[in-house]
Amino acid sequence: MNRMTGKNKYLELVKMVILFLLLLVYISPFIIVLINSFKSNADILRNPLAISQSPTFENFATAYDEMNFMNSFFNTVLITVFGVALIILASSMSAYFLARVHTRFSSVIFMIMVVAMVIPFQAVMIPLVSIYGSLGILNSRGMLVYMYVGFGCSLAVFIFQSFIKTSVPISIEEASEIDGCNKLQTFFIVVFPLLKPTIATVTVLDMLWIWNDYLLPSLVLTRENQLTLPLSTYAFYGSFSVDYGPLMASLVLTIIPILILYLFLQDKIISGVVSGAVKT
Amino acid sequence: MVKNSASSKKFKLFLIFEAPTLFIFATVVGVPFLYGIYLSMTDWNGVASSYSMVGLKNYITLLGDGNFWSSFFMTLKYVLISVILVNAIGFLLAVLVTSGIKGQKIMRSGFFTSNLIGGIVLGFVWSFIFQRALVYIGQSMNLPIFSESWLASTDKAFWSLVIVTVWQLSGYMMIIYIAGLMSIPQDVIEAAAIDGCNSVKRTLHVVLPLMVSSFIICIFLTLQRCFMVYDITLSLTKGGPYNSTVLIAMHVYQKAFLSHQYGVGQAEAFFLFLMVALISGLQVYFSKKLEVES
Repeated sequence: MNRMTGKNKYLELVKMVILFLLLLVYISPFIIVLINSFKSNADILRNPLAISQSPTFENFATAYDEMNFMNSFFNTVLITVFGVALIILASSMSAYFLARVHTRFSSVIFMIMVVAMVIPFQAVMIPLVSIYGSLGILNSRGMLVYMYVGFGCSLAVFIFQSFIKTSVPISIEEASEIDGCNKLQTFFIVVFPLLKPTIATVTVLDMLWIWNDYLLPSLVLTRENQLTLPLSTYAFYGSFSVDYGPLMASLVLTIIPILILYLFLQDKIISGVVSGAVKT
Repeated sequence: MVKNSASSKKFKLFLIFEAPTLFIFATVVGVPFLYGIYLSMTDWNGVASSYSMVGLKNYITLLGDGNFWSSFFMTLKYVLISVILVNAIGFLLAVLVTSGIKGQKIMRSGFFTSNLIGGIVLGFVWSFIFQRALVYIGQSMNLPIFSESWLASTDKAFWSLVIVTVWQLSGYMMIIYIAGLMSIPQDVIEAAAIDGCNSVKRTLHVVLPLMVSSFIICIFLTLQRCFMVYDITLSLTKGGPYNSTVLIAMHVYQKAFLSHQYGVGQAEAFFLFLMVALISGLQVYFSKKLEVES
């Protein structure tokens, strides 16, 4: 089996060339945007595929200032971090209850949560806005995080519940209770650390979702200092529609943070996405 | 007395562990969903303080609304084409990437990259490609197909949307197919090779049957994603030209928040919900059936 014939080597080379060309096609849109982010508007209009002879960073300065980049970046970080952390806390506790307490009531709750995963956001979007709008509690980042917990918890509860049921031995919980822990201590000291692989999955799925989400924050946040990156990119595009240079730079700026994260955590991110998809 | 203390203990656990999550879930998803059903039977315009019940009138309006149906059928066409292309290309990529070549990890990460980035940004990236880069190529190389922006013609704008979707999601499905391919035990494939199967036969008769569950996952994942797509259409075409790319999710948004017909918009949203629920129901049915058979 290990003997490499000439034909096999040739075949492998062909496959590699095909894949490499395909990959080039896949990432070419990003490369084109990157090239143009260093060019003046006139240069971009003249030839959008050429690399600039005299690269300028002016576009980045304009985009950075005009889209209030740092502010939007921190809003996005804040909302994503709190959203993901609270989804994990709320869902793991809820899943623990649903996995360990067997009553008709708890199985009804679980059923409702699982079925609710089917509801598309558009189906609750209009009533959500009208209820929270009439109560006057839209327009806050805290409210947005609260809504992310509401929308994110059913999938996370589902993932946590099946993990607790199959992979957390009940005997170690009993042992910790004999040692004098109450239920809360047992959960946080004994059970929660065992959930690590599932926490990783939920973190990846929800982080990508919240970081990139547009529709929900566009309905909840309106004040300029509250905007997240997708919102400020969209607003910037609306107000700057003729000057391509800063537009390209704004896209590059928006893409870079997540790309840096991906560079370090690509295996974790990919395995998180896979296990999230396979479990649902 | 014993029974009482046991159930009061359970109630205490419920209050600590379950009640907060349940409250948030109910206020964000449960109540709006039920209120939405009620809302779809009113003529509320989103602003007025008084409105009246109109029963099923919005749903009847919906059935006779040509705009809605053309949007719906275009969504179906978009979903069908995208699902087929995304999964065919995703699977082929997975087969190529796992065929034992060097640099497998880099390839896998590279093809997945577009899924890290939000639809709004992807739409803007591609609108530049369609409006500037491809037009430049078309004009300087004299290719009539690219010499005008695809986003300016109703027919080609639809295909632009398909291309961006396929470009993005095929990398997503690829990694799920890769996971499926990797989980096929190596000895099964070797046994087939010893029995004289060539690589095409091995793929057809050994690999594909073992990949059925991956196909089910990917196809339904693509179906759901495509039915609800909104961000990419917003930043790529804004639904244009001449509303030719207003998919159903965008139609719901426009009805409610631009035309201020909340009741009709909510009726459309409920229709979308039924479609997605049907798809998910079918998915559960097929995976259960598969479990029984295997």
